[in-house]
Amino acid sequence: MWTYNKVLQYPVNIKTTDPRLAKVIISQYGGPDGELAASLRYLSQRFGMPDQTSKAILNDIGTEELAHLEIVGSIVHQLTKKASIEELEKAGLAPYYTDHGVDVYPVSASGVPFTAAYIAAKGDPIANLQEDLAAEQKARATYEKLIDLCRDNPDVLDPLKFLRQREVVHFQRFGEALRGIQDRLSSQKIYTN
Amino acid sequence: MEEDRNCNCQNNDNMNMQINMNIPVINNSCGCDNNDMTRKEMLKEIKCLKFAVVELALYLDTHPDDTKALCLHNKYSKDLKDLCDKYQKVYGPLTIEYPCNKWRWLEEPWPWEGGVN
Repeated sequence: MWTYNKVLQYPVNIKTTDPRLAKVIISQYGGPDGELAASLRYLSQRFGMPDQTSKAILNDIGTEELAHLEIVGSIVHQLTKKASIEELEKAGLAPYYTDHGVDVYPVSASGVPFTAAYIAAKGDPIANLQEDLAAEQKARATYEKLIDLCRDNPDVLDPLKFLRQREVVHFQRFGEALRGIQDRLSSQKIYTN
Repeated sequence: MEEDRNCNCQNNDNMNMQINMNIPVINNSCGCDNNDMTRKEMLKEIKCLKFAVVELALYLDTHPDDTKALCLHNKYSKDLKDLCDKYQKVYGPLTIEYPCNKWRWLEEPWPWEGGVN
C-alpha cells in the first residue's frame, strides 16, 4: 500500500502565471512519455518479474514516478491558477477550460487524453525492461524539449531539471536489472531427470 | 535470540568503517541538533533526507551487497525519522499515520499550492 506524504519530492514555487507553458508541460502529466504512463507501466509490470531485483526496482521506481506526477501537476496548477480567461484563451486553453476548468487532467501537449495504450506490460521480463529503458530516454528527451521551451522561467526550469536527472538515474537502474536477468538466462543450465 | 538482519552500522567494526568512509552531511547548515532551525529549513532538510533515502534504496535494489551504500541508507533513514518526528510534534502531521490530539491534517496548505511544502 501507499501512504501520502504531505511534501513534494522536489519543491515547486512558481511566481508567474504562464498558461502557455502549462499547456506543454501537461504532456509530462498525461502524455505518451509522461509520469502517469511511467508509474502505471512499472507498477503493472512488477507482478510478472522473475527475480527480487527487478520486482523491487519496478516497485520503487513506479512509486517515485507517482511523486513526479504530483510535481508536474503542481507546476501546471501554479502556472494557471491565477490566469484570466483572456490569458487562457490566448494560450489556446479555451477547449481545455471548457471540459476541465482548473483541474489538472491527464492530456498530452496536443490535447489528446491519456490512454492505457501509452503503457506496455508484455508479460516478458526482457521485453518489459527494454521498453522501460526506452521510456526513460523518451521522458528525458521530452524534459529537454520542455527545458528549451521554458528557458525564460527559472522557477519552472528548476523542477524540470530535477525531473530530467531522475530519468537518467532510472535508466541506469533498469539497465542493471536487465543485465541481472540476462546473466541468469545465459548461465549454464544442467538438466537432469 | 532473534537474528539481527539490520545493517549494524552501530557495531564497532562498522562504526570504524563509517568513520573511514567519512559519511557526507547532506546539508552543512543543517544543524539537526539545533532547535533554532526554522520550519522552512526543517522541511528542506526533510526533503534532502527523503531524496537521499530514495536514491540509495534504488541503488541498493541493484547493488544489495554494497556495505557503504547500506550504511549511508541506515544513517539517512534514521536522521529522516528523527527529523520528521521533531517536525510533526511542532508543525503537525506529514502523514495520516501521525497521532494528534486534534485533527491537524487540515491545518496546513497542500504541497501543490506552493509555499513551504
